[in-house]
Amino acid sequence: MTDRVVNAVVGSASRGVPMSALARYGVWVVAAAVLAVLPFVFGSGLALTVMSLMGIAVIFSLSYNILLGQTGLLSFGHAVYYGFGGYLAVHAMKAIVANGLPVPLPVIPLVGGLAGLFFAALFGWVSTKRSGTAFAMISLGLAELIGSSALILRGFFGGEEGITADRTKLLRILDWSFGPQVQVYYLIAVWCLLCAILMYAVTRTPLGRMCNAVRDNPERVQFVGYDPRMVRFLAFCLSGLFAGVAGALAAINFEIANSALFGAVQSGTVLLATFMGGAGFFFGPVLGAVLVVYLQLMLSDLTGIWQLYFGLLFIAMVMFAPSGLAGLIMMHRPLWRARALHRMVPAYFVALVPLLVMLAGAALMIEMFHHLMVKAVEGPAMKFMYIPLHANAVGPWLVGLLMAGGGFLLFHRSFRVVAAAWNRTGVADAAGGRP
Amino acid sequence: MNAPAIELRGVRKSFGATEVIRGVDLAVAAGERHAVIGPNGAGKSTLFNLVSGLLAPSSGSILLKGDDVTGLPPQLINRRGLSRSFQVTNIFHRMSVWENVRCGLLWAGGQRYSFWRSVDNLSEINARTERVLADFNLLERRDVAAGVLTYAEQRALEIAITIAGGADVILLDEPTAGMSRHETDRAVELIRRISEGRTLIIVEHDMSVVFGLADRISVLVYGEIVASGTPQEIRNSARVKEAYLGQEAH
Ligand SMILES: Nc1ncnc2c1ncn2[C@@H]1O[C@H](COP(=O)(O)OP(=O)(O)OP(=O)(O)O)[C@@H](O)[C@H]1O
Ligand SMILES: [Mg+2]
Repeated sequence: MTDRVVNAVVGSASRGVPMSALARYGVWVVAAAVLAVLPFVFGSGLALTVMSLMGIAVIFSLSYNILLGQTGLLSFGHAVYYGFGGYLAVHAMKAIVANGLPVPLPVIPLVGGLAGLFFAALFGWVSTKRSGTAFAMISLGLAELIGSSALILRGFFGGEEGITADRTKLLRILDWSFGPQVQVYYLIAVWCLLCAILMYAVTRTPLGRMCNAVRDNPERVQFVGYDPRMVRFLAFCLSGLFAGVAGALAAINFEIANSALFGAVQSGTVLLATFMGGAGFFFGPVLGAVLVVYLQLMLSDLTGIWQLYFGLLFIAMVMFAPSGLAGLIMMHRPLWRARALHRMVPAYFVALVPLLVMLAGAALMIEMFHHLMVKAVEGPAMKFMYIPLHANAVGPWLVGLLMAGGGFLLFHRSFRVVAAAWNRTGVADAAGGRP
Repeated sequence: MNAPAIELRGVRKSFGATEVIRGVDLAVAAGERHAVIGPNGAGKSTLFNLVSGLLAPSSGSILLKGDDVTGLPPQLINRRGLSRSFQVTNIFHRMSVWENVRCGLLWAGGQRYSFWRSVDNLSEINARTERVLADFNLLERRDVAAGVLTYAEQRALEIAITIAGGADVILLDEPTAGMSRHETDRAVELIRRISEGRTLIIVEHDMSVVFGLADRISVLVYGEIVASGTPQEIRNSARVKEAYLGQEAH
């Protein structure tokens, strides 16, 4: 036995080397550099707006994942804390401008964070008494309650129109007015990086570790001295704090807070983004938030029924890649380590081509159907990917059917190619099968 | 004299109409290794659930080191220095083996709900985690998710989590169940060592383990303690033979 212990200690010593400072902080330094450089690469007004929205969504999704991925709490009402963050930020800006207080704009997100924290503590005290389905239902009920009060309590919430504030009228530092979008982008980027670092740091604390323990097995947690309810409550408070910061940044970005901030759409989107990105990994929600903001803008530009595609994508992810984008990426880590990643490229290419053909065929039929149903008055002429066609003609339908059907068959067969390529790399498949 | 580490006074527990624990009086002295034996369904695990706070007794009282802990939630009882393992492995499946054991140490190590200190810098706690893992031969598996361990390894981890925090009263519910002879021997050696200077209550079906380890033995049959004494006394008790050992030996 002693021998084995000695071996084990020696064996682990080589693996258990403490991370070097570079490995520990390097990723944040790179992230800071990328955030700083981005506006020089994508400088258009549209790009700056998109990147600002992505930054806000990243904070919001990461805050949501404190609940979903780390503590195992499914919330349908996370927008409540985002919304209060936004409203309190606007009220604070108005009060500061009205009274000429010497407060600069960059500290306003702190007000939003405190608002999120306060309301999370208030409502969370009740909702975190439960977990699982009961918690999810309470979160939904609270969101409905707040959403409807936002329209009733006009004094605070401003009714349908919401309340507005001028972000440029606050105390200036270094002559930044925060009028131009690029300045708002940098404000969001700094807060985004700061929040991400803080949220990551929290996962590495005793509370963060016990959140994972509560997620895995709340009963056992009690027998190592922790109250699972208190762990859930504190996680909920932290999550509300960061959601409030995100909401405040949204309010600064749009210079308005209205009841849409509290909306079910907002609560649903953050759930989708977190899930699609991968709740099991810290960086998953970052990917999810970026993807969802991008898809929302890109798809809504391309088609009138982008929500349909978005929904289909979500269903496909749930069914075939339940651990999200981050899960797909991490599945390839053993290959990367074995320097065998490049050997998958041909197989993935073989799978990708029929997949794209299949998706294009399906999209063609969906668009033609949509055109016939909704835009019948415009006549059958339409365009799909810049190609003019008639939605009621047989030809395009046949092409769509062939592409979708044939693409599906070939895509399905390509799984074997991918599996064979994976086997040839000789790296064990830790995730237990291809999606 | 010092108060017993654990004392039960007239403890009863009913589930609906069925009374499962039917008036148990038991005192386990500090530093004693006490085994609870009895046939399946006798109520041994229920007794542990009552003492550790998972269930509240229907009547009677439970004292831990002289203090009444009847009806306290498990975490408060644990903080007073009582730790237990489970008959059915009860671990943190998605966390690594290392994290599992460290979870057993954080509260005992004074960390409470802190969210401002990095666990990576808790050198004392991490060193102790490493020692416990080495004791249980789990160091090689430290980075593996607990859910993918073998059955025997999960049983070892279950006990490792239980004793990690250094509680002075330890309850082990069938720690060697499902282990091979060899694994059982190793586990018993380990249990003997870690229970040195602490109070141990162990539920066990393996009589060689019981008679090899225990200072005193209580026999629980159908929710009642029918005999309590030294291994020698229990071995010679006619009542025990008839109620329990007779069936086993057969
Ligand atoms: N939560 C519960 N609700 C209802 N009945 C229960 C509950 N827990 C235990 N019982 C019943 O109480 C009786 C005693 O169960 P217990 O698990 O304490 O027995 P045991 O002595 O540990 O048996 P084993 O040796 O099989 O582990 C059994 O008949 C069981 O079905
Ligand atoms: Mg039992």
